[in-house]
Amino acid sequence: MKSIKELEEIRQRTLNSINMRKDNKNTRIVVGMATCGIAAGARPVLLKFMDEISQRKLEGVTVSQTGCIGVCRLEPIVEVYAPDSEKVTYVKVNPDMVGRIITDHIVNGKVVEEYTIGYHESGENK
Amino acid sequence: MNEISLHILDILQNSIKAGATLISVSITLEGTMLRVVITDNGCGMSSEFLQKVCDPFVTTRTTRRVGLGLPLFKAGAEGCGGSFEITSKQGEGTTVTAVFDTANIDCPPLGDINGTMVSQFICHEDVDFIYTYTADGGRMEFDTREVKAALGGIPLSSPEVVSWMRDSLRDELAGIGADSN
Repeated sequence: MKSIKELEEIRQRTLNSINMRKDNKNTRIVVGMATCGIAAGARPVLLKFMDEISQRKLEGVTVSQTGCIGVCRLEPIVEVYAPDSEKVTYVKVNPDMVGRIITDHIVNGKVVEEYTIGYHESGENK
Repeated sequence: MNEISLHILDILQNSIKAGATLISVSITLEGTMLRVVITDNGCGMSSEFLQKVCDPFVTTRTTRRVGLGLPLFKAGAEGCGGSFEITSKQGEGTTVTAVFDTANIDCPPLGDINGTMVSQFICHEDVDFIYTYTADGGRMEFDTREVKAALGGIPLSSPEVVSWMRDSLRDELAGIGADSN
């Protein structure tokens, strides 16, 4: 591997900021990663979330994955669990939508209604 | 699946579900043949289950009756003049081997294999991964145990570590003349 030394430098730099955050006030972004999600394009969405969080240096936001959420036709599905609020489910997510979810919802706390499952399904039923 | 690395991502979920603590993903390009070997130390499966595991109507899930990960991977490999094999021992682990002929017109590209691997390193920090890639220009090995030891408790998901892994893997693959689109 290239330079483990670089990692040690990162460790020194990061150590202090990490210790501060032991509370449970994290926002969790969960991406569905079963066969259905992967085939529909979940990986680029997951990576885009990781890159955005890392570029914006957002603290207290974690990205994780789960299996099949159960509505395969609406994959890629992303669930956002923010502290003290209800779960929000975004459907048919693509990497171009990630920036707005991060800015509006994760940073500013305003759900992007038109990407949510509720909005999507009510639109389809009309 | 339109990339081999997406199949790999899918198969890795099986290993994780099987409780593996160490998963090895090895990619070898020899001539036009691309060999993918995924080995885990998860719970493995009985020989009975192994017999039928590539049947799309066999799954361990209880939420529905289809399981498409392995059958799609098998069809992908065999459909382009490659081969597929799965071996497993209960209590010891499972090895999936798929060979693709990249010269075959039906062969999907390997795709963003580094993206597949990094996403799993981050999402499953309690699992260790050994990722190796062998191409004409040499061999690279990335072992998350070494990374974790150097970081001493700093999570792999820390922004700087994510960037470091992405850059490092991109450079490593470029160094051995492998494509990492």
